[in-house]
Amino acid sequence: MSEAILEVRDLKKHFVVDHIGTFRRQPVTVRAVDGISFDLQAGETLGLVGESGSGKSTIAYILAGMYRPTQGRIHFRGLDLFSENGKRPLFLKKEIQIVFQDPGSSLNPRRTIAQNLAVPLQIHKPDKNIMRETLRLLELVDLPAIYMYKYPNMLSGGEKQIVAIARALATDPSFMILDEPTSALDVSVQGKVINLLMRLQSDLDLTYLFITHDLSLMRNIATRVAIMYLGKICEISKGSEFFQNPQHPYTQMLLSSIPVVSKDEEKLKPAKMIPTGEIPSPVNIPPGCSFNTRCPKKMDVCFEIDPDFVEISRQHFARCHLFGQTQKQG
Amino acid sequence: MVNKAPLLEIKNLRVHYKVYGGVLKVLDGVNLTVYPGEKVGLVGETGCGKTTTMKTALAILPVPPGVVVGGEILYKGRNLLAMSPRQLSNVRGREMTMIFQDPMAALNPVFNVEQQFTPVLKHAAKNHLSNKEIHAQAVLALQDVALADPERLLQAYPIQLSGGMRQRVCIGMALATRPQLLIADEPGTALDVTIQAQVLRLLNNLVDRLNTSIILITHSLGVVYETVDRLYVMYAGNIVEVAPTRKLFSNPLHPYSQGLMDAVPKLSGGGISQGISGRIPDYSHPPAGCRFHTRCSHVMEICRHQKPPEFEVEEGHKVACYLYGPKNQEAAV
Ligand SMILES: Nc1ncnc2c1ncn2[C@@H]1O[C@H](COP(=O)(O)OP(=O)(O)O)[C@@H](O)[C@H]1O
Ligand SMILES: Nc1ncnc2c1ncn2[C@@H]1O[C@H](COP(=O)(O)OP(=O)(O)O)[C@@H](O)[C@H]1O
Ligand code: SF4
Ligand SMILES: [Mg+2]
Ligand SMILES: [Mg+2]
Repeated sequence: MSEAILEVRDLKKHFVVDHIGTFRRQPVTVRAVDGISFDLQAGETLGLVGESGSGKSTIAYILAGMYRPTQGRIHFRGLDLFSENGKRPLFLKKEIQIVFQDPGSSLNPRRTIAQNLAVPLQIHKPDKNIMRETLRLLELVDLPAIYMYKYPNMLSGGEKQIVAIARALATDPSFMILDEPTSALDVSVQGKVINLLMRLQSDLDLTYLFITHDLSLMRNIATRVAIMYLGKICEISKGSEFFQNPQHPYTQMLLSSIPVVSKDEEKLKPAKMIPTGEIPSPVNIPPGCSFNTRCPKKMDVCFEIDPDFVEISRQHFARCHLFGQTQKQG
Repeated sequence: MVNKAPLLEIKNLRVHYKVYGGVLKVLDGVNLTVYPGEKVGLVGETGCGKTTTMKTALAILPVPPGVVVGGEILYKGRNLLAMSPRQLSNVRGREMTMIFQDPMAALNPVFNVEQQFTPVLKHAAKNHLSNKEIHAQAVLALQDVALADPERLLQAYPIQLSGGMRQRVCIGMALATRPQLLIADEPGTALDVTIQAQVLRLLNNLVDRLNTSIILITHSLGVVYETVDRLYVMYAGNIVEVAPTRKLFSNPLHPYSQGLMDAVPKLSGGGISQGISGRIPDYSHPPAGCRFHTRCSHVMEICRHQKPPEFEVEEGHKVACYLYGPKNQEAAV
């Protein structure tokens, strides 16, 4: 097994906001990320899946240094990402890059592609020839050199996302956070972006945290999969095992809800588990297991005790009272 | 089904948008038919003209910038495009209703749920309803969509409901008048997978029970695979293929349908296909001939000049592509 380049332990991020929609204006706490631990091995693609509001982007933004955690530790190659005295050193910023869902958001519409790519180059590679580096980046992502002179609004959504990827690569990172990089694209152009990301990963030895809500996409790209629900990871395992042998009731519900397009795929779905109920608000997470409002297998204990994250077979962890209390992770 | 008269027939519909700097020639002769009690799907990439088609069918196309340049929309044999506003209002909201992608846009934030129901039910009943009757019908409608505690819910405001509940309220409102045709434009796309599955299952059961015809519009192939009887595939303002749903999935014929099916990530693995190169054309200068020819790997000389007609390859399976024309049948694989 390769080395862990990232170690996340008991990570929490709580936001205090003014609650709207009630009569009294009273600050409430949004438990966006509520105690998460996982490792990332060098060169792997960990898929982070969950419904919207489950806390995926919050994790991404913490790793990218845009938020400070409320609690918990994150080590990258043994270094504490959030040491006491605040600012993340430049050499760490260079190593960790992020690509967002909306390709427009990371590109300045009034600047050419070359000017957009020059921004990180000037900060991180001041002694390099910017023009030559820009051309190298475009070549890396298979865009013709002429794109240097185009403006973002002249590109299609897929091309904009490819430029955003090139921009993230400008610093020669080793770890990339991909926050739903193809969710805003049509399925007919998604493939090009995904295949580019896969090629770059093997050419440049990149490690990916790949966030998506599309399990069928995940099936095709992730080496390991983690499922989130209300700020917690409820199951994590190897990709192959995950799809053959899903254990957590929420994972089973999720898999049986996926709309598929062939009989072969229908056979791969777990026994039909009819989804019921609403997702509770992260302001008001139910006590006990947070899935207890929707779980078809709930027991009395689920309303009282939040289950531990336990290893149910080698490298396969789940957070559910169905699996007893064996060894805890980390 | 073949013997029955169609409920809705869209014939050779052409719609443009007049915008600053030019004319967007969006719909280029759309044909689509729905029979009573039938579930029909319409799929295609964002921007291909799905919403424009349905807005025109409901006579809610914004004019300007929209212009209907040609074609007919026959509802029970009568041309909707030629109806007076009064005749139209007898059809729309009574016999034909709709739900949209974003339930919040359909609900008025300052009214509670009961107040949202009132005009809808009044319109359908031509105002012959007492407040008591309205209340009773609204309660029934919420029970239809499996919402618990309808009495309390009727007093709630949209912001107090979750996304899934709002969409169910909209479905309840759209079906409360027992329409013959429901047009659903990307329902649930804004919702999460498990909630979307819930909403679609509910919608499906309801239209089955009420024998309502439905046009389900979506860009997600997975969503239609499990729900509709027949499927239309749209590309750049044209219907390029139509067939019974399972047939279209097992044997897509049009190069665009093939590319689209191939591009969907499969739960069975096998990697991700490269997809379809290029992009949807600029509607101010759409390509001549077959609008797909600029992206098609099978393009022939004729495709560049002449728009392909629909070829009926098998009963109910039509495709607008020269590969399936009489001359090419031997050449095509
Ligand atoms: N800056 C913020 N302030 C307050 N609440 C936030 C903030 N960012 C995210 N949240 C809330 O935290 C929860 C998780 O959000 P997010 O991480 O964006 O989820 P995801 O990416 O899985 O959709 C949501 O309920 C969201 O409303
Ligand atoms: N109100 C409008 N004004 C100008 N152009 C419009 C308007 N609505 C739609 N269009 C054009 O029509 C095309 C098709 O849009 P639409 O029918 O919404 O497609 P879809 O629903 O398939 O995504 C779009 O590419 C857009 O350029
Ligand atoms: S008609 Fe021609 S260009 Fe159009 S899809 Fe068929 S082969 Fe391709
Ligand atoms: Mg997010
Ligand atoms: Mg639309």
